[in-house]
Amino acid sequence: MNKILFGRYVPGNSFIHKMDPRAKLVLSLLYIIAVFMSNSWLAYGTSFLIAIIIIGSSSIAPKFFWDGVKPLIGVILLTMIIQVFFGVGGQVYWHWGILSITSNGLLNAIYIAIRFILIILVSTVLTLSTSPLEISGAIESLFMPLKKLHFPVYEMALMLSIALRFVPTLIDETEKILNAQRSRGANFSSGSIMTRLKKLVSILIPLFESAFSRAEELATAMEARGYQGGEGRSKYRVLNYTKNDILGTIFMIIATMSVLLLRNWS
Amino acid sequence: MAITFKSVDFIYQAHTPFENLSLKDINLTIPDGSYTAIIGHTGSGKSTLIQHVNGLLKPTTGEVVVDDQTITGTTKNKELVHLRQHVGIVFQFPESQLFAESVIEDVKFGPINFGVTNEEAQKRAESALQKVKMPQEFWDKSPFELSGGQMRRVAIAGILATNPKILILDEPTAGLDPQGRREMMELFAELHQKEKLTILLVTHQMDDVANFADNVIVMDRGSVAKIGTPTEVFSDTEWLINHQLGLPSAANFAQKLISHGVQFKKIPLDMGELVDQIINLEGKGNRHE
Ligand SMILES: Nc1ncnc2c1ncn2[C@@H]1O[C@H](COP(=O)(O)OP(=O)(O)OP(=O)(O)O)[C@@H](O)[C@H]1O
Ligand SMILES: [Mg+2]
Repeated sequence: MNKILFGRYVPGNSFIHKMDPRAKLVLSLLYIIAVFMSNSWLAYGTSFLIAIIIIGSSSIAPKFFWDGVKPLIGVILLTMIIQVFFGVGGQVYWHWGILSITSNGLLNAIYIAIRFILIILVSTVLTLSTSPLEISGAIESLFMPLKKLHFPVYEMALMLSIALRFVPTLIDETEKILNAQRSRGANFSSGSIMTRLKKLVSILIPLFESAFSRAEELATAMEARGYQGGEGRSKYRVLNYTKNDILGTIFMIIATMSVLLLRNWS
Repeated sequence: MAITFKSVDFIYQAHTPFENLSLKDINLTIPDGSYTAIIGHTGSGKSTLIQHVNGLLKPTTGEVVVDDQTITGTTKNKELVHLRQHVGIVFQFPESQLFAESVIEDVKFGPINFGVTNEEAQKRAESALQKVKMPQEFWDKSPFELSGGQMRRVAIAGILATNPKILILDEPTAGLDPQGRREMMELFAELHQKEKLTILLVTHQMDDVANFADNVIVMDRGSVAKIGTPTEVFSDTEWLINHQLGLPSAANFAQKLISHGVQFKKIPLDMGELVDQIINLEGKGNRHE
């Protein structure tokens, strides 16, 4: 349960930690686009180098990145296998019905794996170096222009930050309930699928119960303190661009341009 | 069933930067049939300690021995089913574990998990609900329609129905009204005396320690700071204050009298002793001016 990395923030003082969350979010997206545009070894090599530089300037222990990739290895392998057997074009090495192994299929499988890994690595940097509150603040700020189109930006940002805020709470709660039911002899790791599902009810119902009553309490507490929507609220955390953001942006623009230039280069 | 901890260390989230050494070199023995209170300030590791007794948490190093079963870091959950049958834990705010459609079904959950027949489970559930003084008209209601205090009783009944030999209570009376609190504490004392249960009580109520426990473990920042009888533990007021703990109210009262020059032969721990000693003082005409 404690191994879940999603939304796990590792406080720090690195170059990346000090960047504005908005810049980090936009630049991460830029990087993801660059990775998707890559289609040659050179372009992938450059993307890889960029990822290494980003990871290096975040001062987060390599072990965390391994923890981020590990749970997704199955998915990556599955996509690779599908690519290998269903990819077409190039030299055909093996052939059986609709299944075939071709040089293009193999190459694409490797590219897809690299894409996956690079994207996971860089988004891990984003979530490890940015607290959930900063991320939702950044989203709020970036979506502000949509306010003109009557898009509920404040409400969305609030929902997001509440949801992110309660992820660890719910994990703790689940663990507690799990332990309480285990003490009453519930064994979740043995028995048929049906009996396991039945036992799951003894976890899910208390969990929903507590989530709903928590939500209600939170709503009451917010109303009691005069919450009436986001309009006109000032902010505790004011977002400011700094030198790091300018440097980071320049670096990422140059890096992305190089990846784009190296496309088709072989 | 006796409980022994041998050089137990426990680390939450081992091998991550969030590592938290919550138990440090714990060595202790809790004798069979004792009523042991575990005290210590918030975050001192009380809840972590008790979860080792039925293997919900496993020692990072060292071992825990309960009766003839040894729990180490590598013990499999499968090997613990038998143990969990004999060790009942009432967690902090146990009402969060209720889930069944009716009160009685919820109480039957434990016994049925441990392989008891439906009739036997029903019998045990009824007797457990009677012990916690849950009126029969509530038995078929949904547990979510009950008040917080009633839910607590049902949750405790859910543990009693598994017929544990060791009953572990993590602040079982927090948030109950004074009468509910008294009834619960009396029930636990009765289970200890009549049914010979070994009881571990985690509490912040020094009066409960003085009134009920025969053995006290004081935890401090993940280590055992002191083990002894209530008299031994409460004899050093200054030490207690330094460990963010207090005195039972009778002892506190006596301390105030002492500071006004009244002499006590022995610091009284409960109201009975306090009253006896004061009456004795009066009898000798040794009254405070
Ligand atoms: N699930 C967990 N993950 C990480 N650390 C934890 C976890 N549970 C407890 N801790 C830490 O372990 C230490 C001991 O916690 P524990 O819950 O045992 O204290 P306690 O003595 O029961 O306190 P209280 O009187 O508040 O109930 C604390 O420092 C706490 O922060
Ligand atoms: Mg506790």
